[in-house]
Amino acid sequence: MNAVKFTVSALALAAAAGAADAREQIQIAGSSTVLPYAAIVAEAFGENFEFPTPVVEGGGSGAGRKKLCEGVGENTIDIANSSSRIKQSDIDLCAQNGVNEIMEVRIGYDGIVFASDINGAAFALTPADVFLALGAKVAKDGALADNAAKSWAEVNAALPAQDILAFIPGTKHGTREVFDTEVLLAGCKANGAYDLFLAASAGADDDAKKKDAEKGCLTTRTDGVSVDIDGDYTETLARIAANKNGIGVFGLSFYQNNTDKLQVATMDGVTPSVETISSGDYPVSRPLYFYVKKAHLGVIPGLKEYIEFFVSDDMAGPDGPLAEYGLVSDPELAATQAAVAEETPMGPLE
Amino acid sequence: MTDATAEFVPGRRSLLTVDDRTRRRNAAEARFRLYGLAAVTVALIALALLLVSIFANGVSAFRQTYVAIPVTLDAAKLDKSGKLDPAVMAKVTTVGYAPLLTKGLQAAMEENGISDQGLKAKAIGALISQDAAAQLRNMVLADPTLVGQTISFEALASGRIDGYFKGRVTMESAKLDSNVSPEQLALADALKEADILHSRFNMGFITAPDASEQRPEAAGLGVAILGSLYMMIVVLVLSLPIGVAASIYLEEFAPKNRFTDLIEVNISNLAAVPSIVYGILGLAIFINFAGLPQSAPIVGGLVLTLMTLPRIIIPARAALKAVPPSIRDAALGVGASKMQSVFHHVLPLAAPGILTGMIIGLAQALGETAPLLLIGMVAFVREYPGAPPEGFFDPASALPVQVYNWTQRADPAFVERAGGAIIVLLIFLVTMNAAAILLRRRFERRW
Repeated sequence: MNAVKFTVSALALAAAAGAADAREQIQIAGSSTVLPYAAIVAEAFGENFEFPTPVVEGGGSGAGRKKLCEGVGENTIDIANSSSRIKQSDIDLCAQNGVNEIMEVRIGYDGIVFASDINGAAFALTPADVFLALGAKVAKDGALADNAAKSWAEVNAALPAQDILAFIPGTKHGTREVFDTEVLLAGCKANGAYDLFLAASAGADDDAKKKDAEKGCLTTRTDGVSVDIDGDYTETLARIAANKNGIGVFGLSFYQNNTDKLQVATMDGVTPSVETISSGDYPVSRPLYFYVKKAHLGVIPGLKEYIEFFVSDDMAGPDGPLAEYGLVSDPELAATQAAVAEETPMGPLE
Repeated sequence: MTDATAEFVPGRRSLLTVDDRTRRRNAAEARFRLYGLAAVTVALIALALLLVSIFANGVSAFRQTYVAIPVTLDAAKLDKSGKLDPAVMAKVTTVGYAPLLTKGLQAAMEENGISDQGLKAKAIGALISQDAAAQLRNMVLADPTLVGQTISFEALASGRIDGYFKGRVTMESAKLDSNVSPEQLALADALKEADILHSRFNMGFITAPDASEQRPEAAGLGVAILGSLYMMIVVLVLSLPIGVAASIYLEEFAPKNRFTDLIEVNISNLAAVPSIVYGILGLAIFINFAGLPQSAPIVGGLVLTLMTLPRIIIPARAALKAVPPSIRDAALGVGASKMQSVFHHVLPLAAPGILTGMIIGLAQALGETAPLLLIGMVAFVREYPGAPPEGFFDPASALPVQVYNWTQRADPAFVERAGGAIIVLLIFLVTMNAAAILLRRRFERRW
């Protein structure tokens, strides 16, 4: 029984020492898309303020929000980074654990781009092209048919005669959501397959039919032409390096750091850049957020200063380091700054 | 059997002439040796490939390009009040310091007659790492009397410029690269010619903390090495006494019955449990229940202790078992108590084996990432943890975690850093394993 006694006393000692130690640094977790931006701000914050540099963890948007909602106290995180908006289920979980007031801070927009090997052919895509290449069932001569397209030229004569091979983000990624709604669904509607799916649906009412049709639109081919990548963009890049025919989905900032290896495809004739995304010309983008546990403001030293610093013009503004790294600055940044200064908690979701 | 006897004719066989059967047996043996040799060769080739690829990628992380320039610390910019009060001077952020570095570089170019290649001040300043402004600011705040002087300052060159001298960035790739232009590279060449740019051993890679994606050149392993060290201290302090006590009890004192059999089976099973499971356990017990802080080496150390314990108990028991019973009998025979026989005779003789198991267990724990994922140690941490014992509760990262983090970064410069971090980790592992072998050679007794 020696071992048990040892363990128990060691645990008790550790717990006692831990309880006596107040947390000094901000703890952040969540989206790996927001992580580099948060790290840049955290680094500058640590350098220029008297507070210690916040600790920034990845792990994914959903995991981050769940961690935020674990409860109030020093052993829970203060901020959750998220590349998609918080869900009602998260808010319910938060309320259940006593996290009643959350501040929502939108930091800017992230573009999602298609890119292929720098030495390969150039692509000028439309959402319909992508859907016709990757959708499991597409509209052909007014009827739904299994997708048998082999090369991009079969999809659209204007595209290069190159075998279709796409590396798209896996379903656990926040990026996939945007890819689904902004590209696949949009392409599905443009192609006319959406209406066919709607007509073919056996759903009881309009809502169920719509759901069926969306599901049909978002089902990708399973014959190895569309490959889900569950890892990071670095994995997608490695897959393209190994397979020059491939075309991959990246975040704009990742592409901007690897312009010597990748060439970007235009979407509806628009080249993705910080400018075209902020003007709204480039269609595939999404807002990035972080969520702050309001109960920790004033308890964790420097928390308020950090979020104010994050949304300040020096950081998140159009000339700041975040924009330089690939964040598309939010045109309504002034409103966010005001909301942060007043510590306005978010209302119910619309 | 009957066939064999039928074949065997006494008197007609000689050991000197090789018959069919012997030939077959010899051939089988030769084949087996070949298979063995092939297996070892494949393993060695795999190891060689691994080492070559790691070293080819990583060795360059230990050298870094620096810019040596004179910097005029303009009092009008840095200390408007003129009172040299650090609290007031702290209001000038790194944004205020960056232009001073750019000016310093321009001054050095003028002095050496280097043309600016038509580059704007901002593009020239981009040759210097953003980390340099922070370094300069810390230097000035630590010694405010520097304000107004011109000092010689060695700044890190930015990641792309460093990559150019390491062959990662070329004139061709720079044409396509949005982060660097061929003109900047040409300027870097000219600066190198004038000895303003030079490369040397990069101590910062070992001592500096992690850095964000905008400054790969400044990223280092300092926090990760400290975090790993703290965790290993926790693992050593907890698992050595617990592990040794448990194995002595089980081997020497425990009655042999169904209950102890059950414990034995469980220990063997625990040694085979995937390490991520211990991470889940650690999150539930140490963080959610005991209320220990996230990302802290103490939690990492406790989780790794749980993981390492069965892996220590098993070899420790084997070492105790290997001590012949005659030693125990002799001790008991001259009147020693059971306890005395164990602690005076059996344990010292088993110590080398126990230590070897301990060190190999520690080496395994050092290389673990999965359990740390769940307790918040796979994170961007820039603050050094404090001195022990308080430091055990400060956030830190760990060596394998740093490798994992860097392989996920967008900037290609981090690939080299990850390779370098693997080399550092390998050096630690090889040292620990060498110590284990040395101890065994030195003290092991064969019976």
